[in-house]
Parts: sequence; structure tokens; C-alpha cells
Amino acid sequence: MGVLHLVSRSPGESLALSQCLGRAGEGDALLLLEGGVYAALKDSACAPCLHESMAGIAVYVLGPDLAARGIAADEVLEGVVRVDYAGFVGLALSHSPIQSWF
Amino acid sequence: MKFAIQINSAPWAGEGCDTAYQFIRAALGLGHEIVRVFFYYEGAYHGMRRMSPPEDELPALRRWSELAAGQGIDLVVCISAAQRRGLLDQTEDGRAVKLEEEVAEGFRIAGLGLWVEACLKADRFLAFGG
Amino acid sequence: MKQFLFVMRRPPHEGIGVRESLDLLMTVAAFDQPVRLLFLDDGVFQLKSGQNPECLGAKPIVPLFSALEVYGIEELWVEEESLAQRGLRPESLILPTRGIKRGEVAGLVASADVVVAC
Repeated sequence: MGVLHLVSRSPGESLALSQCLGRAGEGDALLLLEGGVYAALKDSACAPCLHESMAGIAVYVLGPDLAARGIAADEVLEGVVRVDYAGFVGLALSHSPIQSWF
Repeated sequence: MKFAIQINSAPWAGEGCDTAYQFIRAALGLGHEIVRVFFYYEGAYHGMRRMSPPEDELPALRRWSELAAGQGIDLVVCISAAQRRGLLDQTEDGRAVKLEEEVAEGFRIAGLGLWVEACLKADRFLAFGG
Repeated sequence: MKQFLFVMRRPPHEGIGVRESLDLLMTVAAFDQPVRLLFLDDGVFQLKSGQNPECLGAKPIVPLFSALEVYGIEELWVEEESLAQRGLRPESLILPTRGIKRGEVAGLVASADVVVAC
């Protein structure tokens, strides 16, 4: 069972995402939430890095946090899977442990 | 599945408590159990009875009490974190008194042992608000 | 019995967060649960020798780390790349630690039941 990584900070204000990606293992999952959802913008500077990481980990983004920030589905990097809170719970059930990156 | 939840951030500091609340609601809706919600670090500010924000901010505070009342969720504010932040009334000899009078409906104040106990009972541990 | 892993990523002297994290950690140890610490990124500065927080009027945190052994906490893992990127060496640290390479961190995390981000 893979680890679920939770990144809640925007890459513009914190190194949490890059520091997480540097340690995530094959088969782990990453959920971008709160300010972390900005990393999912397909035209952002971290898109290439996030895209590259998807070779080994599954990347998810919390839909309500996208909506709160006015990020439409067509602005999200391809391959990043949008989930709602029920999906978040599902990720927590199918992964262990769960590591928060503040 | 059973979840142990930790909240690290104050009510007005970021989204951590909002995310936690929505996660808990979703988990309960799917039939899962919340063993305990433990408020630590700046999260200790949650549940203090004497908080008096503007009227339109009250629902964000009251929802926790409603969750406790409606779903029987155990909401625990860490006593050491609360004391450190001057959130508890002290007697002249330094002892915190009448703890139940310090917290909002549905909350209780207790020690770190309850956090460990929750982690041991739960299938998953998540922390919100950093 | 559950394996707890405390991940320290923040530098020292930025508030009481570290002290409160150590309180949590020692409570876990008091419950006789196995505990590991993992120092990543700026968290390695927590262990740097020669700190003098008294200059700031602050209490030193180093004695708390030194006391961990008394609680039976002996697994202090320090990521080698985090040290190197900060110009530190294992000899720069206050305690004996176990080095771990970045590529091995995933395995250490995966072996835990409860991961506490500090």
C-alpha cells in the first residue's frame, strides 16, 4: 500500500511540493489541496516537474479547492485527477501512512 | 475505517480547519468513524468558549459543537497547548480550574495521552493545518 | 503496537512548535510505542552543534534531543542530502545519528503506521 502525501501550500510560497516529490516513492499518491492546488495549473512553472513525477506516483487535486480559486478543469495539468472530499476519504483508505507536507 | 484527526491551526489561520471539517463530514457520510479530533499547537484556540468573532464568523466556530452534538464526535483540546497560550483560567497557585467552563459545547480539555490513544485505535491518522 | 515516525523539516528557533512536537513524541514513547525521528531539509539544523539560543533569551532545545535516549528513542535518521546541501556533516551534529539517502526515505516513511509532520 503506497503512502498518501498531502501538500497544502502553493509552490510559490513554500518548497513543500518539491521537497515532497523528492522523497515520494514508486506507487505513492499525492493530493494537492488548499493552496497546493495552484501546482496543478498546466501552464505553471512546476507543471513539467509534476508531469515527470507522474511516471511513478498518482497525482490528485481537491476539486472544491480548485473551484474556490477559480481554476477550471481545462486549466489543470493533464493526468492530474480531480477528487471531491469523498474521493479524499477514498485515498486515505487506500493508502497508508498519510504524510502532510506543510 | 476509523480515523484519528489532528488540527494544528487556529480558527482564523488558513484553511486547515475547514479542510478537516469537510473531510470529517465526508468520512461520516460514507459510514466511517472518527475516533477523535485532537486540537494541538495553534489548534488549541478552537473550542474556547470566550471567543467572540463577528457574527458572520460564528458558524465556523459553532459547526464543531454541532458535529459533536449530532455525531458524537470527541473533540479534545490539548491542555498543555491551551495553558501555554493563556487560554485557561488559572488560580493563584497556577492550577487551571473548571476546565469545562473554558470550552465551548461539545469540546473537552485533556492531555496528550488521548492523542496517542486515538492514533492507536484508528486505522488512519491525518493532520490538518500547518 | 504502532510505528510512529516524526518528520522534522523546520529549522529551530521559530516558535515553540518543535518543543510541542517533542512533547508529543515523548508521550508516544511513554506509551511504549516505537518511535523514529527523521530530519529532512532545514530540520537538520535542529541538531547542529554550537547553538546558543540564550542569545535570544530562548531556552535551548538541544538538551531535549539529548534526553531522547532516556525515553528509549534511539533512531534519529538524518537525510544525507539535506546535510550536504546545507554545508553540514554528521560530525556537525550534537548527537550520533543514522544517515539515510534521499532515495531510501520513501521506504522509511512507508514502514510507519503514523507519520507526524513537525
